[in-house]
Amino acid sequence: MGKIPRFWGVHAEPTKLLRLILALLPFAVIVTAYLIASHVRLEANPSDKLTPSVSKMVEAVGEMALTKDKRTGRYLMLADTLSSLRRIVIGLGAAAIVGLFLGMTMGLFPGMNSTLHPVVRFLSIIPPLAILPILFIVFGVGEVGKIVLIFIGSLFVITRDIHEETRQLPREQIVKALTLGASQFQVLWQVVLPQIMPRLLITVRLCLGGAWLFLIASEAIASTDGLGYRIFLVRRYLAMDIIIPYVLWITLIGLLMDTALRLVVNWKYRWYVASQ
Amino acid sequence: MTNKIPHNNLLLMTDVYKAYGEKVVLDNIDLSVAAGELCTVVGPSGCGKSTLLRLILGQERATRGEIYVDGNPVGYPDPQRGIVYQKYSLFPHLSVLENVMLGKNFTTGLPDRILHRKRIQEEAVYYLEKVDLAEHYQKYPHELSGGMQQRVAIAQALIMKPRIILMDEPFGALDPGTRERMQVFVLQLWEEFDMTVFFVTHDLEEAVYLGTRILVLSQYYSDGRDEETCSRGAKIVADYPLARRAESTMVKATSEFGDLIQTIRREGFDPDYRQHVTDFDLKHPDAFQTLTEEEMRPNHVAANTDRHSKTE
Ligand SMILES: Nc1ncnc2c1ncn2[C@@H]1O[C@H](COP(=O)(O)OP(=O)(O)O)[C@@H](O)[C@H]1O
Ligand SMILES: [Mg+2]
Repeated sequence: MGKIPRFWGVHAEPTKLLRLILALLPFAVIVTAYLIASHVRLEANPSDKLTPSVSKMVEAVGEMALTKDKRTGRYLMLADTLSSLRRIVIGLGAAAIVGLFLGMTMGLFPGMNSTLHPVVRFLSIIPPLAILPILFIVFGVGEVGKIVLIFIGSLFVITRDIHEETRQLPREQIVKALTLGASQFQVLWQVVLPQIMPRLLITVRLCLGGAWLFLIASEAIASTDGLGYRIFLVRRYLAMDIIIPYVLWITLIGLLMDTALRLVVNWKYRWYVASQ
Repeated sequence: MTNKIPHNNLLLMTDVYKAYGEKVVLDNIDLSVAAGELCTVVGPSGCGKSTLLRLILGQERATRGEIYVDGNPVGYPDPQRGIVYQKYSLFPHLSVLENVMLGKNFTTGLPDRILHRKRIQEEAVYYLEKVDLAEHYQKYPHELSGGMQQRVAIAQALIMKPRIILMDEPFGALDPGTRERMQVFVLQLWEEFDMTVFFVTHDLEEAVYLGTRILVLSQYYSDGRDEETCSRGAKIVADYPLARRAESTMVKATSEFGDLIQTIRREGFDPDYRQHVTDFDLKHPDAFQTLTEEEMRPNHVAANTDRHSKTE
């Protein structure tokens, strides 16, 4: 055998350092491409708004994050972030809790399954954004409508996933618990629930993307604050120097949430990670 | 074999059929097992051994027939009957100790569970000591070897003191060395705890070595029913008492042991050797049959081919 390939082909074994460099490479390409484009365009037209320079963006962020808004007396970026986070956490959290119990009872009790499975399937196919007008009409354009949109948009995905996961628990486990004297309630509470928990966290992780979509869509349409509201507001002035940092900020928050959920699974559910 | 049904035994099954749709799996099973027996069940793969076990456990219902444990018809699974599967017996989210304590925790009311936590724990440790795993009590199932997992599963079932313990190929996934140690180990526990065990395996050697009684379940037999209209399932084609030997695994090398295995292999596993239902090798004193008129008739197919050969 010859030299171990480091990059090309199915046998490649990149070294640790090479892996790091490779991971950073695409980011470097994107940033460089932007910087060049920005430079070239600003050279041609110093008042161009589409590709602001880095210093322009830093300046804009400083304004948004570090100075009090004259009209409301708040730090806008912080206020936007907290409003958006509150909506997403309440909406997704409620969907996780309700979806967990719906999914588990459907997976464990055939009677419940017969009752709920068809309707859950039907509801899960309705595009959540299509009912946004209904939500705004029914709940108003305040907080409730936005939270309910995130809730509904995530609930059925979570329910279906937990249902599937519960059904895939080996039948033997449930029978075994019964031979150890478990009541049906104990089976649900002590056998099914603890084994489904790590799966719930993973499902919530996967639902984060959708939840952000619903959040920003509803904030864009009717709101007075929030990250989505802000970028759609400043769009009118083509304020790319605010929009780009906001998008990066939203991405960073999403990345942190995703990482946090993954770490919780790895720490608290070692047996689950080991059995995957 | 007796013609009287031994009613007073721990386990009694009469005229039990099990079909999945059109397909008959168990065909008029009659069985009575006394308390204290270590009853092993062998048969070709797919003949219905696990199905038989699931019926006794209450995990599935018989299509027809009666099953009693301790004189009561079996219902859904409960602590009267313990189970050790080949896989999935342990709960992956619980430590070894918690797995063994689980049954006690399920069946102890909340105030007692808190007040007597110490006692429940000590009892679990006692059973863990019996299966040589006391020092691993904190580990999780995924950190144990296959043999250790099965020993925890046995302790987990034992702590509930079931009337009968069912085991479905519990050592099927273990390597030969571990498997042999587990066999010796089951014999020790069986003696010490006066257990009644119903042990399914496809390994003839294991069945003959472990059992005080061996049942051979097989679809390879003949009877008077019409081949074309009747879908046949497995029956108990042989049923022997086995001498309780010393626990040494040396007996496996004796010629007597080998001969018995050869006989069983022919009676249960050879598709070309089909005994008539009235000629089954049912030597065990508790064995009985409730054959229908139709089944007892001489071999339908054989009679047909006889006639054909005469006319030709
Ligand atoms: N739930 C089921 N539905 C349909 N057929 C089944 C089911 N369970 C078992 N069978 C069939 O019954 C037969 C006996 O199965 P099983 O009891 O698992 O055999 P064994 O344990 O002796 O290998 C097999 O042919 C199997 O395909
Ligand atoms: Mg089987």
